[in-house]
Amino acid sequence: MDRVPILKIGDVLLVSIQVDLEDKTAIQLQEDVADRIVASGAHGVIIDITGLDIVDSFVGRMLSSIAAISRVLGADTVVVGMRPAVAITLVELGLSLEGIQTALNVERGMRILAEARQGPRLHRDERGSTAEAAAPR
Amino acid sequence: MALNAQTGKTFDALLSANGDRLVDRWTERVAQTLRGRLTETELRRQILELHSALRAAVGEGTFDLPSEGSAELRALLGELSRERARRGFSPSETAISVFALKDALIEVFDFGDGDAEALRELIAFTQVIDQLGLYTFETYARAREELISGQGEQLLELSTPVVKLWAGVVAVPLVGTLDSARAQVVMEKLLQSLVDTESTYAIIDITGVPAVDTQVAQHILKTVVAARLMGAECVISGIRPQIAQTIVALGIEFGDITTKASLADALVHAMRANGVDIVRRTPREES
Repeated sequence: MDRVPILKIGDVLLVSIQVDLEDKTAIQLQEDVADRIVASGAHGVIIDITGLDIVDSFVGRMLSSIAAISRVLGADTVVVGMRPAVAITLVELGLSLEGIQTALNVERGMRILAEARQGPRLHRDERGSTAEAAAPR
Repeated sequence: MALNAQTGKTFDALLSANGDRLVDRWTERVAQTLRGRLTETELRRQILELHSALRAAVGEGTFDLPSEGSAELRALLGELSRERARRGFSPSETAISVFALKDALIEVFDFGDGDAEALRELIAFTQVIDQLGLYTFETYARAREELISGQGEQLLELSTPVVKLWAGVVAVPLVGTLDSARAQVVMEKLLQSLVDTESTYAIIDITGVPAVDTQVAQHILKTVVAARLMGAECVISGIRPQIAQTIVALGIEFGDITTKASLADALVHAMRANGVDIVRRTPREES
């Protein structure tokens, strides 16, 4: 059975999904991520789905539950690299991946995690609207 | 079929015996409608080709336009009508290119002493020409439709440019009515440009959209949600006073999506969110 590799960069875990997931692989991945967070004490998880052509409700739910599991273990999850076609399909299906942060690419995902760890941004100022908009969603 | 073996041979004989005169008369008749869009030499060449292809098609006795034997004739007629459609000839001007043969044929046809046999032959010949005319017209209509749908696609491409306003900020100025097909194109192009330019902010400017109803709002909301899934934020700008009133009257909820009155406001908002501030270097002039 294929396993999705989990790489550790600093205190962030990088999961790069390159092939369309089978149900078994997805469940295995959830377990692996939980194990690695506990073992490594990582504070963030980045799931790169650049390689995914199709995200169905099953994969969507898997992403949501990885995010939820990580949050319980004290790590933030960012899903990065979603393709336009995938985003359009998800919207048409009415799946909005509640509770998942997204970023355009791995680099921005790392930045979001770093900012989340630092707490409120240092340069956040009295302009309420700006600070609110800058907060990662 | 319009022709049996006997009339087919007669037709072929008639076409070949009076070849030059037929072509002359045919060309002359069509030339009256050209109005300088086609030279007479070119027209004559087309008609000569048609004439010989027609002879080849009827020579075998059984004429059948969709059959293998008439492939060359069909190709010539198709080419002729497509070319006429592109050059802006009207439907009757195109049809006359074929039907002029009838006029020419009647001139050279030997009615004998007006017996039934001659009449039967004439009717058979004109039926053949009618078939050619119908085929020409069908191809003409198809070529026109292709032309129109091609232009529609071009318009779609032209009407949805995605422009980069600042590092990390792209904008799509929407002009004209937003229907489902256009909304789809806008969404795809916007999302693709987010990936290409690595932008985290997209501004959808609806200054040029004449009316916003629930359906248009739905399309815009879908685009915003899709952009969020990819990790980018959307700002909607260019909301005119009447449109703001319509939006409220219709009860459309934009939720937590930022909306701004002008593109300038939206750009400033996006730049600030990206950590860029705009500072005036000289004091504002009092007016």
